[in-house]
Amino acid sequence: MSQPTAVIHPLWVRVCHWINALAMAGMVFSGWRIYNASPLFPFSFPSSLTLGGWLGGALQWHFAMMWVLGINGLIYCTLGVVTGRFARTFFPISVKGLLKDMSLALRGKLQHADLSHYNMVQKLAYLLAILTGVMLVLSGLVIWKSVQFPLLRELFGGYDTARYIHFFCMSFIVAFVVIHLLMVLLVPKTLLAMLRGR
Amino acid sequence: MKKPTFLSSRDAEYLVKDAEKSVNAQRRNFLKQGLTLGGIMLLTGCDLSDNASVETALLRMSRFNDRVQGFLFSDRHLAPEYAESDITRPFPFNAFYDRDQIPQIDGRDYQLAIRGLVRDTRSWSLPELYRMQQVNQITRHICVEGWSAIGRWGGIPFHHFLQVIGADTRAKYISFRCADDYYTSIDMATALHPQTLLALTWDNQILPPEYGYPMKLRIPTKLGYKNPKHIQVIEITNRFPGGYWEDQGYNWFGGS
Repeated sequence: MSQPTAVIHPLWVRVCHWINALAMAGMVFSGWRIYNASPLFPFSFPSSLTLGGWLGGALQWHFAMMWVLGINGLIYCTLGVVTGRFARTFFPISVKGLLKDMSLALRGKLQHADLSHYNMVQKLAYLLAILTGVMLVLSGLVIWKSVQFPLLRELFGGYDTARYIHFFCMSFIVAFVVIHLLMVLLVPKTLLAMLRGR
Repeated sequence: MKKPTFLSSRDAEYLVKDAEKSVNAQRRNFLKQGLTLGGIMLLTGCDLSDNASVETALLRMSRFNDRVQGFLFSDRHLAPEYAESDITRPFPFNAFYDRDQIPQIDGRDYQLAIRGLVRDTRSWSLPELYRMQQVNQITRHICVEGWSAIGRWGGIPFHHFLQVIGADTRAKYISFRCADDYYTSIDMATALHPQTLLALTWDNQILPPEYGYPMKLRIPTKLGYKNPKHIQVIEITNRFPGGYWEDQGYNWFGGS
């Protein structure tokens, strides 16, 4: 009988991760349909990649999924801080270590043999993804309720600027997810770990 | 008296055809859903959106969001006001129809009808409205599509008008019916917001036809589709009135 290995991702991390994956997908694909109604740049997203069928439907999806995303994100961040998991897994980050791991990564030599330990590039990427998620929620609040949150509105440079910030944060998250999925393909046991914990 | 038969042969034929159609539709749906399971995994959605129970759940969430927004709304928070140089020129025309269908209204015949929970239901002529207290605002008009434009509107503070007609401000809704067959409704808190105007002018001119002559409701705390143009009837009511876009799925509160 094989020795049971230690849990890498506790249950709450896995549950939050998969709820977040669904909620993010819902937000991004409905968001693309909303974007198409009045594009910020000279391109639109292919309708077949969007959720909601029309602007009204996409808005309904967006404003329903936002509760799932927001509440799940709040639980995840709270537990991450309270249990010390964030401090343990994402820190310390040093510029020197980051440069070293970055150069290893670019030469294709960065290892992820020990799943319980993140290299510096991973630490930074996960931290930035969480921060960008927070920025997405806040800039979204400014777009949705620009009158009721005057301080947030000013911090994000007003309604129009908040739309751009919302878009760029989405772009970052999508880029993160693409790389994230490529890495899972390279190291498939990470998918198992996110499913069964070990 | 002729004895009614249960089904004429022709009715029976139609009935069978209908049944076949519905069976086929179910089969098609089943195939469609089966084939797009991968699609659902990718959340590409159109099939999800066609599902009636999903639609019901989304509508329920939208109504829940109405309540949340009503709770968040405070009439102490004002929409930002801008300088004259910020005004968007030319200001966009936007409606559910083209320019050639803008209603042409003769101001001499115009009467604003008042209905519902008010003390005084008499109608208002345009000169009477022009003689009432007027204020100006330069605010941002935000469309549900995402774009926005800054304009200057002038008119009667709506809370003042409601007071003059003796509206029951404990009522839940104000509904608007317009000359272009548009209709919408708003919550009482927004109606009483200090920046909500019965707008009679745009950029210091009499409100042009494309922006809602002779009168529109200007609500800088709400999206464009909650700013009805060419208003003919205002009704104070407790019965949920819905709206042209809202009945098709846009969020009813629709504001910030």
